[in-house]
Amino acid sequence: MGPVTAGVLQLLALVGALALVHIPLGSCMARVYSSKRHLRVEKWIYRGTGVDPDTEMTWTAYLRGVLAFSAAGVLFLYLLQRLQGVLPGSLHFASVGPAQSFNTAVSFVTNTNWQSYYGEQTMGHVVQTAGLAVQNFVSAAVGMAVAIALVRGFAFSPARFGSRGGTAVRTGELGNFWSDLVRGTVRILLPLAAVAAVVLVARGALQNFSGIHGVGQFTGGSQQFNGGAVASQEAIKELGTNGGGYFNANSAHPFENPTPFTNLLEIFLILVIPFSLTRTFGVMVGSVRQGYTVLATMATIWLGFVALMMWTEFAHHGPALQAAGAAMEGKEVRFGVGGSSIFAVSTTLTSTGAVDSFHSSFTGLGGGITLLGMMLGEIAPGGVGSGLYGMLVMAVIAVFIAGLMVGRTPEYLGKKIGAREMKLAAAYLLVTPALVLVFTAASMALPTPGHSVLNPGAHGFSEVLYAFTSASNNNGSAFAGLNANTDWYNTTTGLAMLLGRFLPMVFVLALAGSLAVQRPVPVSAGTLRTEKPLFTGLLVGAVLIITGLTYFPALALGPLAEGLA
Amino acid sequence: MNNSMTHTARLLGAGLRALLVLTLVTGVLYPLAVTGVAQALFPGRANGSEIRADGRVVGSSLIGQRYDLPPEKGQQGPRPDPKWFQGRPANGLGVNSINTRYTLLLSGATNLAADNTVLVRQVEDAKAAVIKDNSVPGYRVRASEVPADAVTSSGSGLDPDISPQYARIQVHRVAAENGLPVTRVAKLVADHTEGRTLGFMGEPRVNVLELNIALKALVDQH
Repeated sequence: MGPVTAGVLQLLALVGALALVHIPLGSCMARVYSSKRHLRVEKWIYRGTGVDPDTEMTWTAYLRGVLAFSAAGVLFLYLLQRLQGVLPGSLHFASVGPAQSFNTAVSFVTNTNWQSYYGEQTMGHVVQTAGLAVQNFVSAAVGMAVAIALVRGFAFSPARFGSRGGTAVRTGELGNFWSDLVRGTVRILLPLAAVAAVVLVARGALQNFSGIHGVGQFTGGSQQFNGGAVASQEAIKELGTNGGGYFNANSAHPFENPTPFTNLLEIFLILVIPFSLTRTFGVMVGSVRQGYTVLATMATIWLGFVALMMWTEFAHHGPALQAAGAAMEGKEVRFGVGGSSIFAVSTTLTSTGAVDSFHSSFTGLGGGITLLGMMLGEIAPGGVGSGLYGMLVMAVIAVFIAGLMVGRTPEYLGKKIGAREMKLAAAYLLVTPALVLVFTAASMALPTPGHSVLNPGAHGFSEVLYAFTSASNNNGSAFAGLNANTDWYNTTTGLAMLLGRFLPMVFVLALAGSLAVQRPVPVSAGTLRTEKPLFTGLLVGAVLIITGLTYFPALALGPLAEGLA
Repeated sequence: MNNSMTHTARLLGAGLRALLVLTLVTGVLYPLAVTGVAQALFPGRANGSEIRADGRVVGSSLIGQRYDLPPEKGQQGPRPDPKWFQGRPANGLGVNSINTRYTLLLSGATNLAADNTVLVRQVEDAKAAVIKDNSVPGYRVRASEVPADAVTSSGSGLDPDISPQYARIQVHRVAAENGLPVTRVAKLVADHTEGRTLGFMGEPRVNVLELNIALKALVDQH
């Protein structure tokens, strides 16, 4: 069997596994977020927190919860790094400097996990497990909560509350943020991560709390190894589409990703919740076929990107790769070109940013595919939660475009898409391109930021474009030649991550609030049938044309110039 | 104004308390529980897959290392020991070349672009060296036989494996250096070649440390 066939079979195995799991997991998640009961452990958590998990929240109250919890997260993680030098269990690592602490705190709270530090030389056990890994859980749970709130905006209508035993009719409520946060963490992420972590250890991932120690070598002398709770962090790093590696080499490091099987498992973990959430969406809006349309859109783009990536990586254009005979620079022997290509596409079409091979050394076009994946807004299937709400915003826009064509007021899932909804959707779409292009332009125009670039020519520009694309879309992967540990990059990527995460959330929750107060309009002959394959086609087109074209000039200067040279 | 500030403070307090409680669950209980299970069920794997030979630890089966001659005074960089099978180049951040203590391990790639002349030079130099080092009287390595993994750095810089093809072109050199029959060394490589998992996952590979341990046992027998 050749490597291409093996690559395709690995892809098919993933598709099969996801097809099997997404229905039960998606339905299970719908029950988790719809249930009225609280588990005992959840009641303890609510008591310790002092919040009422049963109050229905309007979109503004929900948003305040998101922002307060995230602000607390940034503050806590910042202080933890600043105090590392005096904390026990820190492997004698010094406290992290202010700019890097800010960058890292923002990075993990926003589900980005951009890293301007070397994991094995900077962060001790306490910061890794009680700081970074915690945000891997809760930032993912926040993303899922916001997505569920948007789904409720479509599913709920004022009548729902009117029918409640004679109480006053209240409108526009989206559920309870604290309850969604805790349930996502306790009922979905924790059990799945625990199982995955043990499987990873069984194949060779580290899981201990030993310090830095010497290990003998074959020809004498010794190597230095880090201990650490690696597997437990690796599992949630992929499952929560976080991506921040325990080690600098991320999932290319054999202690994080020891075998070809764990490589596929980690890709599966990255994709499983974002794809399954389309089922959750279908169940919650009362039509699983609506979920299938969204799923088909995501799957079409993901499969198309994987096919393109495999084609360009196996073809290995570029002088150095042609001299070597294959695109193996920055790739591990055990994964090969096929496994690395699937991982690279999956990590950049979600908000993960973990890497099992280094994108900077991919072919010019291969690097461009990872960039374009992030630029599409990471919606195929996207980050946990953020992928679903990003795709639903695109669906609103696609419905609007179709409405313009036939001259009718557009509606989606029974809710009218009026001027207010379109303003919010358009604002959502404009945030990340504005951040990416403005910060990239500023970095190229100012004298010093250019010094961080490693490679000459078009690729050097791509390194900067990649950094801000990755930060603004909360991905976290890098063309890692760029030296990002400077005050300029720590500050600007930090701002890009903050604004790229929370501004879109504001617009999504506002959209959810404005949908939730609407009574559904009945389906008529003029309604666009959004559960049909035609709508998938429309949606794929809208995604590629609207976001793809925004970035075309920037892509032409970087990866296209390199790939077509 | 005052009212909204107390409201904000109360909300931030709730956020902080929620974070602390969830930190206890996901940042303390979860890693400890996973560590407990891991240490009970898979202690060897959880602690770094260390391999012992001749009664001492000689490394981890998952982490690549270098097989160099003992350093001499005034020597520029390490020199590979031709007696042993050699792993992939490590030109990036990845440090698998430590024969001295107290250098903290760092992992990472070169991140050089496919059109960077520095990388082109590295690949061409590595190819020339692989051909020169592995050609022995009666056996000459052809450029077309050198696989890509022999001339490129890995993602981690700690790749424990090489492709079967890279192991095969080293067989003649290793056999000559150790005074072993070529067929015997070739069989050793074949025995240590691991195919794709379940026939389709990943790529076929040879673990260099395990191969060298077996080679040493063979040398000691003779």
